[in-house]
Amino acid sequence: MLVNYLKTGLRVLLRRKFFTAISLFAVSFTLLVLMVVTSLIDHTVSPMKPEVNQHRTLGVFSMQMQGENIRQTGSPGYGFLDRYVRTLPDVERVSIYSQLQPAITYLEGQKIAFQVKRTDGDFWQILRFDFLEGRPLTADDDQKGQAVAVINAATRRRVFGAGASAIGQTIQLDGQPFRVVGVVQDVPAFRFVPYADVWIPIGATRSQDFRRQLIGAFNGLVLAHQRSDFPRLQDEFQARLGQVEFLEPDRYDRMEGALDTHLDELARQLMNARPAEKRSNRLMLTLAGAMLLFMSLPAINLVSINLSRILERSSEIGVRKSFGASGSALIGQFVIENVLLCLAGGVIGLVLSWCVLAAIGASGLIPHAKFGLNYRIFAYALFLATFFGVLSGVYPAWKMSRMHPVAALRGTPR
Amino acid sequence: MTRDVDARAAAGKPETFTAGGVAVLDRKQEPRVMIELAGVEKVYRTERIETVALSHINLKVKAGEFISIMGPSGSGKSTLLNVIGLLDAPTGGQVALDGHGIGSQGDRELARLRNQLIGFIFQTFHLIADLNVLDNVEIPLLYRGLPGSQRRRMARAALERVGLSARMQHFPSQLSGGQQQRVAVARAIVGEPGILLADEPTGNLDSRMGDEIMDLMHELNRERGTTIVMVTHDQRLAESTSHIVRLFDGRQVA
Repeated sequence: MLVNYLKTGLRVLLRRKFFTAISLFAVSFTLLVLMVVTSLIDHTVSPMKPEVNQHRTLGVFSMQMQGENIRQTGSPGYGFLDRYVRTLPDVERVSIYSQLQPAITYLEGQKIAFQVKRTDGDFWQILRFDFLEGRPLTADDDQKGQAVAVINAATRRRVFGAGASAIGQTIQLDGQPFRVVGVVQDVPAFRFVPYADVWIPIGATRSQDFRRQLIGAFNGLVLAHQRSDFPRLQDEFQARLGQVEFLEPDRYDRMEGALDTHLDELARQLMNARPAEKRSNRLMLTLAGAMLLFMSLPAINLVSINLSRILERSSEIGVRKSFGASGSALIGQFVIENVLLCLAGGVIGLVLSWCVLAAIGASGLIPHAKFGLNYRIFAYALFLATFFGVLSGVYPAWKMSRMHPVAALRGTPR
Repeated sequence: MTRDVDARAAAGKPETFTAGGVAVLDRKQEPRVMIELAGVEKVYRTERIETVALSHINLKVKAGEFISIMGPSGSGKSTLLNVIGLLDAPTGGQVALDGHGIGSQGDRELARLRNQLIGFIFQTFHLIADLNVLDNVEIPLLYRGLPGSQRRRMARAALERVGLSARMQHFPSQLSGGQQQRVAVARAIVGEPGILLADEPTGNLDSRMGDEIMDLMHELNRERGTTIVMVTHDQRLAESTSHIVRLFDGRQVA
């Protein structure tokens, strides 16, 4: 039966080339936009190198310290993370790393700007960077305050030239020399946890004032043994917020924050929520709603085109009804035909998305972005195309199935 | 008034009837009634006008009969055929096909009865232009859930039966009118229905092709015992059937 439906659907599409072209354009353009957005989201939050442990990693990204008449919001400080997060029980690893900080160097009179991240040794155990040469930073580097650095491929190219080895060479950051011990593949800028141009040990920083701060410019990463440990760790984290010893207890007496997934943090930032507020579900619902809304316009257009085809195909509907097709069988047939059309549009949309993503990657709009189409994007595309096909096919199919067989045979559907 | 028609008995031929398409020979038993209409009415109502298309139609057609329905345009011939074919519901009276009383069945059950009991032949063939001959003939079998190989085998057999085995891969537009109607006949008989309903099957054909189609229908009636009801304007063709039902203004006049 399916083969018969597909044959009919294919012949109808080939017979009405203009209609098919219009429909394919609408479907493929809609899916193109949705797939580009999906790809951007996927490349931001899905587990991929170096964040291969993302599925069992939680983070402390933002905090709020409050007093009666005062409130301070920002990233957690090193002191808070070191005392209350690093000591969380029964976890695989905890890492503390700084937020991005700009640094400059001069090369042959030219100023070059870098994004620098300060890390401990565990950072390199939780995140799995692809090393082009050398080694990661270690706990020893951090503790001894070694002036060593790991740089990315783009920095090596900019500072030391294409094809040159950087290991053992010196890079100046704001006038402070660092010996390069490792070079890693570039990480896209929107992977906000691992991204930087240069990574140096926390201990190598000139000023050590940050070590006591509760609110500061650091983030924490907690690698759980398994994902099912998350609720236990989150409860423990909340309990520890109540035990915080404030540096200025007369001004501050409460800490607010969350031990969350990357998605939760992204949602919080996008939706401008407070540190303890969870927004990932709302973000997902908002995105799903926006996608549905975006799809609904071309879907309505396709519904309208499909409805006009009813008249053209009324004889076929009459014949099929005469020979035993029930209403549900006709709905099935027409929806399958429409899904077929949308899948064809999906394939075109997929190819177009690949081109657009490649163009975005090549434009340098997002540093080191390497967009591509993986199996997840393909699955989203398949889902979206099928959903679009069903969305735009069900109503015309239902209408078609309700046609009176005699009127359909006469070509005067009512 | 109830009208009994039994052409086979009148012609002194052995009585046959079909059961699920298989011709059964039974010299002792009275052929069963395939089509029974009692007091059937069809009225089309709009806000202002009420049009009586059929009025108090009574009809019994036994298994293996070949009857024709005649009457001027607008007399209700096609409406009657549509009511018998379960394509249109009567506004009054009773309809029974092969012992199945038709009444409150839903869409799915009516579709199943049409699929199992009835084959249609239309004046304008109504072949699906996007499908080739074999796929067109296969259509009734699609809704029986038969496996593809069996559907193919049955469709090929039906096309051989109407002499079109060499045209299976052709599309309707590549065939003459007569050939298209032969395909339509093959489609109507592929599921071996007990009842064949033909709405002016020769109306769009020249006389030679029309005669070919009539010969084919007579063969099916004779050899397979298929019960046939044909609407026609052609007195000559009607006289070749075992009985003529005449309609005028929706009423049965003979």
